[in-house]
Amino acid sequence: MNMSERSKTMQSLNTPNLIRKAPENFLSQEAIAQINQHGADETRRGFLRKSFMAALGGVGAAGSGLALANPQGDPAILEKQIWQTTLGKNVATEPYGTPSIYEKNLVRRESPGLTRVSAASVAFTPLQGLFGIITPNGLHFERHHQGWYNIDPNKHRLMINGLVKNEKVFTMNDLMRLPSVSRIHFIECGANTGLEWGNVAVPTVQYTHGMLSCCEFTGVPLSTLLDICGADLKKGKFILAEGGDGSGMTRTMSMEMALDDVMVAWAMNGEMLRPENGFPIRLVVPGVQGVSWVKWLRRIEVGDMPYATKDEAIHYIDLMPDGLHRQYTSIQECKSVITTPSGGQQLFDKGYYNVSGLAWSGRGKIKRVDVSFDGGNNWRTARLETPILTKALTRFNIDWVWDGSPTIMQSRAIDDTGYVQPTIRQLRAVRGTRSIYHNNAIQSWKVDTNGEVSNVQVG
Amino acid sequence: MFKSANVLIKPILASAVVATTIFLSGTEVNAQSAQATPAVSKPKPYMNMGRNATPAEVAAWDIDVRPDFKGLPAGSGSVAKGQELWEKQCASCHGTFGESNEVFTPIAGGTTKDDIKTGRVASLMSDKQPQRTTIMKVATISTLWDYVHRAMPWNAPRTLTVDETYSLVAFMLNLSEVVPDDFVLSNKNIAQVQGMMPNRNGMTQKHGLWTVKGTPDVKNTACMANCAQHVAIGSVLPDYARNAHNNLAEQNREYGPYRGVDTTKPPVAALPSSGMMMVSTASAAPKAVGPADLFKKENCSACHAPAAKLVGPSIADVANKYKGVANAQAMLEKKVKAGGAGVWGAIPMPAQTQLSDADNKILVQWMLNGGK
Repeated sequence: MNMSERSKTMQSLNTPNLIRKAPENFLSQEAIAQINQHGADETRRGFLRKSFMAALGGVGAAGSGLALANPQGDPAILEKQIWQTTLGKNVATEPYGTPSIYEKNLVRRESPGLTRVSAASVAFTPLQGLFGIITPNGLHFERHHQGWYNIDPNKHRLMINGLVKNEKVFTMNDLMRLPSVSRIHFIECGANTGLEWGNVAVPTVQYTHGMLSCCEFTGVPLSTLLDICGADLKKGKFILAEGGDGSGMTRTMSMEMALDDVMVAWAMNGEMLRPENGFPIRLVVPGVQGVSWVKWLRRIEVGDMPYATKDEAIHYIDLMPDGLHRQYTSIQECKSVITTPSGGQQLFDKGYYNVSGLAWSGRGKIKRVDVSFDGGNNWRTARLETPILTKALTRFNIDWVWDGSPTIMQSRAIDDTGYVQPTIRQLRAVRGTRSIYHNNAIQSWKVDTNGEVSNVQVG
Repeated sequence: MFKSANVLIKPILASAVVATTIFLSGTEVNAQSAQATPAVSKPKPYMNMGRNATPAEVAAWDIDVRPDFKGLPAGSGSVAKGQELWEKQCASCHGTFGESNEVFTPIAGGTTKDDIKTGRVASLMSDKQPQRTTIMKVATISTLWDYVHRAMPWNAPRTLTVDETYSLVAFMLNLSEVVPDDFVLSNKNIAQVQGMMPNRNGMTQKHGLWTVKGTPDVKNTACMANCAQHVAIGSVLPDYARNAHNNLAEQNREYGPYRGVDTTKPPVAALPSSGMMMVSTASAAPKAVGPADLFKKENCSACHAPAAKLVGPSIADVANKYKGVANAQAMLEKKVKAGGAGVWGAIPMPAQTQLSDADNKILVQWMLNGGK
């Protein structure tokens, strides 16, 4: 057998079907097929339970660990596995590595029916499967207004014009020579959770909160570039950022914000930006909704008034109950969500779970996260994992022992301004249900007695 | 050499000091930037990076038009000319009267003569209006002009001339009865038309979300115990939507404590128990790539939908048109490769030269079969 045949054989052997699973040892293939086809109804469940008792000599012995089908022990240990007895693959078999084949379910997804045209659509990040605070580059959410491109970096330019002493052009060579900074920040679309203003609309955290990502960005502070061009800070109270794509995405921001912590970034999590995320450069506007993080950035204009562009005069405006639209809503206020367990997941057993989630604030750092397991009546404070950074995701964890009764889980974040994440009722009381944007409500997940977790709204 | 450069940048440094002051004042709340801000050294050694833009370069890229009409090029266009253009280049997505909801949200509708007087769109104040149209929302005519000129039409942005843009904006406002049928919009009268925009007084910037120091409008307290005696569920996902986002079992890991619910089946009757976790909830075999995936991958779906007409004809329409036509397969394969226009309207289909013959064959077969 030569190497490539061997590797093929390993690939074909390396399938889940050949990993011997405990129930297969005491359930017939037909029973498993029936369960897979019809679910475990009561009759079959009764059979399953009996089988377990026969195998274990009592359900009590099962604990929450693996059911031992073989009294000798677990075949995963007792039997030699293919990966222990054959040669593995060569280095650089995949010159750019990809996730395990067992991770294929965790991908960006569109919400069916949300948009009609995929070039002006959204693909959501699978938050239900992620750990820590960093979003892998291939899973960063996507939102384009007129499709994405692989822009030739040798032909890309950044122009700075308007109220500046010298209107200038920068090539990638110029930009990447400038003093750079690296910072971790979240990016959230202003319309994240927007489908849920009126009622529950989507099943999982991928679709409720998945227009959210967090990466380490590297680039040059915008203040440095404005400094080089000699921006007129007396008259120039606003800047316009413009994208180089067909939509020519444009957004206004205040000069104060531009000089604070905005950067022109070329890198994301250690490598160049992905084309879907603005390669070769994008704006990073910490704490501000994603639409302002203009991708494929080609131009910055310094001006003395806001620009009222399409995405700040027709879209990304928040309708209030009195019929007025709020314009230039930018800051993403403090928000959190439990990512596991979350909507669309199935718990299999009672007992201990590490409940985990994410918290963030566009105004600063997360100070505290509380979690309720009774629909918001009583709260316990969760553990915050480090690092806790300004305008970045913060991971929280909390112990939970499930007794099998119906449970409604919520998380509530507090940032270092003292702002407490509101309930959906409190938000609706002020902003109504038609605002689309900036829904930072407390999210509720219901755990049913059958272990199914679903999206619900309380009150 | 270096010295003369220093002299040259002296006036710039004056403004640089202001910039630095503001920048540093922000570092108190931003620990990351406090650590990462490059040390301020004078003179900064990188001040000569980049080169000055030529006037022609600035003119080529500085295309934005502001609410005060700064940046608006001189020109004019009539409603009639706008209608002609609209039918050719816009109606396929936006509908003949800008009313279509098929591809994008509608452009026109929902405004009244009264709104033109008051500058507030009355239908926005009630929940009865099912959908907000562009003209209901937009307060500034400059926004329409800027965006049409910058990004339309959808599949060929930045191809409209200045006069064409004026005429299209005129036509959209005519659809909304803001300007009469014989109106000619120009840089000279556009400020006057701004005074008739139905929602010109409908925007507010008085809210706490503009700046990081803004005051939040919604307040909660961090109550810890007995905060809500009656917990009632107000909204759940309806049963019919159970599988609307496809099988959630295939959107979660098939190992570990948090599996996905198999939404192709009704909920399980009782808690499964941990032994069941070893029964896989979804097939691990990778799904075969079918014509539908190919259709998306090759970007055909950007213009063609299963049943609705988008930029191009629907798959169903194509299948119907060529039903029983003997050489349809070969003819369409050729057409897909070469591109063309005229059969389904004026918007041309770009040549698909990147498509392999094998994939082309599969896609055409699939389309002729109605996408099955």
